[in-house]
This record gives sequence, structure tokens and C-alpha cells, in this order.
Amino acid sequence: MTVSTDAPAVASVSTPATRLRSLGWVARRVGGGAFVLWAVATVIFFALRLIPGDPVDAILGGPGSQASAEAVAQIRADYGLDQPLIVQYFLAMGKLAVADFGTSYALKVAVAPYVLTQLWSTLVLTLASLVVAWLGALGLTLATSGRGRVSRAVGSGLELLAAAVPHFWLASLLIILLSNTLHWLPPISVPGPLGLVLPVLTLALPLTGFLGQVMRESLANAYEQPFVLSARARGESEWGVRLRHVLRHAALPGISLSGWAFGSLLSGAVVVETIFARPGLGRTLLSAVTIRDIPVVTAVALLSALTFIIVTVATDVVDRIVDPRVTEVASR
Amino acid sequence: MTEILAGRLSQPAGRAPGIRGRYGWLRNTGVMIALAVLALILTAALAPQLMTTADPDAVAPAEAFQSPSAAHFFGTDESGRDVYTRVVFGAGNSLLIGTAATTVGLGLALVLGLLGGLGSRLGDFVSTRIVEVMFALPGLLLALVFIAIAGPGVVTSTVAVGLSTAPGYARIIRSQLRSVRNASYVEAATVLSHSRARIVWQHILPGALSPIFVLGTLGVGQAIVWASSLGFLGLGVAPPAAEWGAMLSSGRTYIDVAWWLTVFPGLAIVATAASFTVLGRALNARTRQEARG
Repeated sequence: MTVSTDAPAVASVSTPATRLRSLGWVARRVGGGAFVLWAVATVIFFALRLIPGDPVDAILGGPGSQASAEAVAQIRADYGLDQPLIVQYFLAMGKLAVADFGTSYALKVAVAPYVLTQLWSTLVLTLASLVVAWLGALGLTLATSGRGRVSRAVGSGLELLAAAVPHFWLASLLIILLSNTLHWLPPISVPGPLGLVLPVLTLALPLTGFLGQVMRESLANAYEQPFVLSARARGESEWGVRLRHVLRHAALPGISLSGWAFGSLLSGAVVVETIFARPGLGRTLLSAVTIRDIPVVTAVALLSALTFIIVTVATDVVDRIVDPRVTEVASR
Repeated sequence: MTEILAGRLSQPAGRAPGIRGRYGWLRNTGVMIALAVLALILTAALAPQLMTTADPDAVAPAEAFQSPSAAHFFGTDESGRDVYTRVVFGAGNSLLIGTAATTVGLGLALVLGLLGGLGSRLGDFVSTRIVEVMFALPGLLLALVFIAIAGPGVVTSTVAVGLSTAPGYARIIRSQLRSVRNASYVEAATVLSHSRARIVWQHILPGALSPIFVLGTLGVGQAIVWASSLGFLGLGVAPPAAEWGAMLSSGRTYIDVAWWLTVFPGLAIVATAASFTVLGRALNARTRQEARG
């Protein structure tokens, strides 16, 4: 008779049951993610075919290209556009399943490496904005969350304005103020960290407002909790209470929001990259939709969906670490 | 974005504006300012002639690029058109697009939310997946593709904005319906063996859908910002018409010489969006207060 090695496992960390449960969690997440990616690919495939005009025009460089009928027929055959739509769909899905994104209609380069370089630029922009927004929101909330009426009014007023300001207007204001008047920063995005300042500020400020609004609310709730009273009774300083006890609770909804924020930053990137003439996913997307570059649009859509899925899972995991009370049941 | 603001709908009531009485919430300073701004914008939208005597499309090349003055409050643009007049006349477009887009978004979300909140397991599964996929696509991508299909214009950009706001609303409506469905008064109605249709119609829907009005108010401001973003990208209202986003877009070309072309239309957008948000939040606080009795 052998004694099971699992027998003394009193800690809940790795009993077979919990391992199985977290394995199930991972499997569900992967399965759900794969489904979303397939659905996005399908929706984009059919939606792009609904755009009026012939995709061959996009390949030949616009309707004005005056190509001969033979050239058009040749292109149609080369790109498989002469097949019935349903055949095209399955061919396209088959290629996407093995991460073959094809060749850009307009640029005639392989889509995957091209989009990846654009993604890098956008990731730098969005991640920097997310960090700046987080720091700004934390600072603003912590500094103005006390009992003071004035500081609270100032804080929430700032947040309200920040949340109502459209990216493109904020960008214009920053250009007028910091570039044209004070000549501190370049009005377009030059390579290097200096060119990153204005785009990051543009994306981060409104986000600071949103994060601040939500964090302020949960901070106010956390102040009412018994553990704050007991910390105060132990003689903890005001800032000690804020940093050590309340912050954790204020951060939670902010973390859950970061997933959403990341997605909205991608939308914001379209505007910001256009204004500051900065290369990136957003600008690529805008021009690709306009000239109907189907492979590029598909790749960008799938890439942003994938990013969204990863960020959602990541925020879920961080949620659990920051607040162990968030359990399997609670997180749906 | 509305989802964030409205996320508080389900949270316990915070500090409500501390004034009592049925219309007490109106006496809050922020709400008064918001109402005043909205009244002004509504006037501009319904009767622009009351606020300006000039013609928004009157071209006067000799008066191009004048900075703000007593004659032209907001200066003039590249064709000598009065920017103040164009901002006033732009209010109608922006307000119309904002409210219409919110209606479209809420309508779509209502279908998805009802399917998810009250439908069978299959219905819930289907609607949840649809919402998930819509969330995974960046809102602007949905809008861009839709505009590419239908061609740019007022109606298209309205529907596009509605489309990209729908998943957020749908999620809120679904969870609202789910929580009301399990409320004790619904249980009581079930025990009294009322028909399912009657329970849904008389008990679940009124309880679950009352926040929609608040959601819509919060959403209009965001929808205006969204729509003006599309106008800014050149995908909204066609250029000669006065629309705030489109005005900003053409003003950007002259940002080095004429800051007023970008500053004032943008101010109008921000003032409108912020006012709707303040109003929506006050309504929200009041609803929660009433719910507590």
C-alpha cells in the first residue's frame, strides 16, 4: 500500500481538484479566445466584401489605373478572386489558421511583418499612455481623495473635463500650446522619446480622467470599511492609511478597466497617429480601409482582437493577485 | 466609455447631492451649469437665427483668417466665414447625430440584452458571444468598415457610432435584467402564479430598464465626441455643412496661423459632452436615492 504523495496537501495551492479547476479555466479561456478570433475573421471577411467596388482596383492601385482586361483577369486569378465567395472564405480561413496573412494589395509586401512593425510602434504609444494615465490617476485620486471639499471638487472637475475632451481636439490644443507658442516640442512625431511626448499626453489625459473617476468612487467606498477604522485606531498616519490599505481597493476597478482602456487606446491611436503623422496600427488601419486593402484590414482586426483577449485575461489574473477574494465564481 | 460611467449604476449609492426634496437635485451648481449650457445648445440647434444674424456659409475672401474680435467673436476661417455662426449652426447637426446614434446603439443593445437577460440559455449564449466579438473589434474599426460599406454621410456616421457603442449598453442591460429577474418581488409574482408574460412586462422590464434613460443621457455626450471624431477623420458630414468635427478637421490645416479655427468648435464639443455627463450622473444619483426610498 503506497501513501499518496498528495495526502498532506493541506494548502489549497495544488490539490488535484484546484489544479483541474485552473486547467479548466485556462482551457475555457483559450477556447473562448479562439472562437472570438474566428468570428472576427469571418465578420471582417464578409463585411469587406460588402464594400462597393472591385478588389482588383485596390490591387491595381485605384479605379483610374486603366488596366487591360487581360491584366485584370490575370490578377483576379492570381489572388483567387475568380472563385465563388464561399470557396474564397474557406481558403482565407485555412490560410489564417496557419497565420498566413498574405500579401498587401496596395503595398505588395507580406502583411505579417509589415503589420508587426506597425504594431510595435502602436504598442509603445499605448503602453506608455496607459502607464502615464495610471500614474496620473493614482496621484490625482490619492492627493485629492481626503475629506476636503475643495480638493474633491477640483479633482472630480478635472476628471470630468478630461473625460469629455476628444483626442483630436486635445492634440490640436497641445500642438498650439507646446509647439507653436512655446516651441518646446515638435508638432509631428519625430523618432525618439521627444516625439513621443505629445502623442502620449494626448492619449493619456482623457484616460486619466476615466480611471480617476472610477478610482475615486471605490476609494470613497474603501474609506468606509472597518479595516480603515482599525488602522486609524492603531495610530496609522493618513498617508499610511491611503497607501497601505485603501489603495489596493481603489486600484481594483482601475485594473479591470485597463483591458477596456487598452481597446479604446487602439481606437484613439487612429486619430493620434493621423494627427502626429506617426506610423502605427491605427493609421495603417485607416488607410487600409479607405483603399480596401483586405489582407491588411484582416490582419489588423485579428491582431487587435488578439491583443484585447490577452489583455482581458491578464487583467483577470492581476485582479486575482491584488484581491484574493475575486474567485472563480465571482469572475463568471 | 458610457459603460464606465454607467458602471456605477449597479454600485451601492455613494454620496448623493446633499439637497433634499423632489427637485432638490436640480439645485446642485454643477447641474445648473450643465442645464444652462444644454439650453443654450438646444436653442442654437432649434433656432440658430436667435443667436446670430449672419449666414454660416457666406463666403468673404477679403475677411479670411481674422482673429477673434467684436465683429467676429470666434474669428473667421479660410474663406472668411464667421466661425461663431458656424459653431451655432453646427449645434443642430451634432445634437441630432448624438441623440440618434445613442438611440440606435440602445435599440440594438436592447435586442441583444433582452435576448441575453430573459431568453433561453441558447439565446443568452448567442447574445453573449455576439457582444464579446463586438467588444474584441476596436469601436473605430467597426465604424470605419461600416462607413466604407455605406459611404460617408450623416446617416452612416450616426449608425456607425451607434453600432460601436451598442456592446457596452448590451452588457449593462443584460446584467440589469439578470439581477432584477432574481429579485424577491419577481419571485413573489412567480409564487402567485402570474403568467410569465405578465411577470416580464409588469415586474422585470420596468425595474430593469429604468436606468436606460440615465444611460442614454450619459451616452449622448460620448456619441457626440465619437461622431465628431469621424467628422475629423473626414468620414462624417460632407465639408461645406457646419459640423463641429468637420470644422476642426479643416481648421487643422491652418493650425499654425489660426488657432481659433480649432479651439472654438472643440470647446463646443467639450461643453456639450461634459454637460450631458453631469446631467446623466445627477439623474443617476437621483434614481438611486429614489430606489432607497
